[in-house]
Amino acid sequence: MAPPMMHSDDTDPAHHDENVYDALATADDDGRWAFGTGFDAGTAEIDAPAPDGVDRDDLAAYCLMLADDALIASQRLSGWTAKAPELEEDVALANIALDLLGQARVLLSRAGHLGAAEPFRAGPQDDEDVLTYFRDDRAFRNVTLVETDLGDFGRTIAWILVLSSWRLALMHRLTGSRDPVLAAVAAKAVKELTYHRDYAAQWTLRLGDGTELSHARMQAGLDAVWPFVEELFLPHATERRLVDAGVAVDPAELRAEVDGVLDQVLPAATLTRPERPAVGLVGGRGGRDGVHTESLGTVLAVMQSLARAHPEATW
Amino acid sequence: MVTAAITDARAVAEGVVDPEMPMLTLADLGVLRGVDTAEDGTVVVTITPTYSGCPALDEMRADLRRRLHAAGHERVDVRTTFSPPWTTDFISDGGRRKLAEAGVAPPAHLGPRAAGPVPLTLVAPSRTVACPRCGAPDTEETSRFGPTACTALRRCRSCAEPFEHVKEI
Repeated sequence: MAPPMMHSDDTDPAHHDENVYDALATADDDGRWAFGTGFDAGTAEIDAPAPDGVDRDDLAAYCLMLADDALIASQRLSGWTAKAPELEEDVALANIALDLLGQARVLLSRAGHLGAAEPFRAGPQDDEDVLTYFRDDRAFRNVTLVETDLGDFGRTIAWILVLSSWRLALMHRLTGSRDPVLAAVAAKAVKELTYHRDYAAQWTLRLGDGTELSHARMQAGLDAVWPFVEELFLPHATERRLVDAGVAVDPAELRAEVDGVLDQVLPAATLTRPERPAVGLVGGRGGRDGVHTESLGTVLAVMQSLARAHPEATW
Repeated sequence: MVTAAITDARAVAEGVVDPEMPMLTLADLGVLRGVDTAEDGTVVVTITPTYSGCPALDEMRADLRRRLHAAGHERVDVRTTFSPPWTTDFISDGGRRKLAEAGVAPPAHLGPRAAGPVPLTLVAPSRTVACPRCGAPDTEETSRFGPTACTALRRCRSCAEPFEHVKEI
């Protein structure tokens, strides 16, 4: 699917003799760590200090929350690679996963710059890699929705619809954050999530208002996702403090916008808004406190086991 | 102070091509934010990513370092900045022409985004994307997501050829 290559006269012909593998081989004589490419430290926003009056640990914890939502969602979506219903959907889901991974990497690097990686560091890896591969489940701060099993394609679409509608509403408000990294990630994420939400909304319409079977599976997918929606709107104590500091968004404020999107999509797709009790919270504590469902263990086993078994591997 | 060295470094950096769309230079793509020299003579190149997860960013950095070293600039620092966020509006007119010549439909100009929450449109926008091969306006989107983060897949209803479209962001 590569575009036809046009070697115009104004590019240096010698350059085309080089290829990406040469670049890899010469990029670093010591080799790259096998499980990450290493986010370059020379990023103006990531290197900036926490804004005045903002608690460094709170800011790091908040960056981790938003990073972990994206990281775990990306890992889950990657599970569709090479087995989606059609090639186009395979490519679409992988693209959505890649966007989320990109958002996660910047936020993990910011959290690391603020000290969040140090308790987990056992080697020379970059902050983002330490936080991704060497934290246990209790140290992950993602909402439980993103760790849940994606099930069939209908459930996956319901999951993307809810997740992208919520994260888009969040990131839209976060563009005004006093933290330069949060504001910058949010500005890019808004554009990316708009495409993700469009994708999920279009498929919700096709499946919901499709055949009897596709309708039933889309409704069942929505029903399965629904118990994890309530947690998305519960503010954590860290978030509350950072809302006051002009850094974070109060998730309770997002409910009206997300409801508006669902009220637009679900009736058009002939789907019924589920009425099911919330799950995922234990004594009022959930993913933001490190209290997760057993599904996160499965996700982390797939994501982390190889790096933990071979922490010295380079290539 | 503008020296011969910095003029040269800027020309070298502007000539580095995008790893995924090699018909475009980094300058055409609008990701090159600045080429300066630090007090110690280090060439400081600043670039911005297209998408958050753009896998080409690491290769752009490596290419910039390699080309500048080859041009005799010993100390090179490639920095990244996220702000202001990249948009396809930053692709130059020359870049748009090169895309079309290579059979890739260039993006439309977006302009500034309206304030307020992003509205959801359930009917796909009837944006006209002309076929880069035959020029016919009657084309359809086959997939919003393509082989690279920044492209969508389309097909021309007139000449029946599939093509890529750099989607607006």
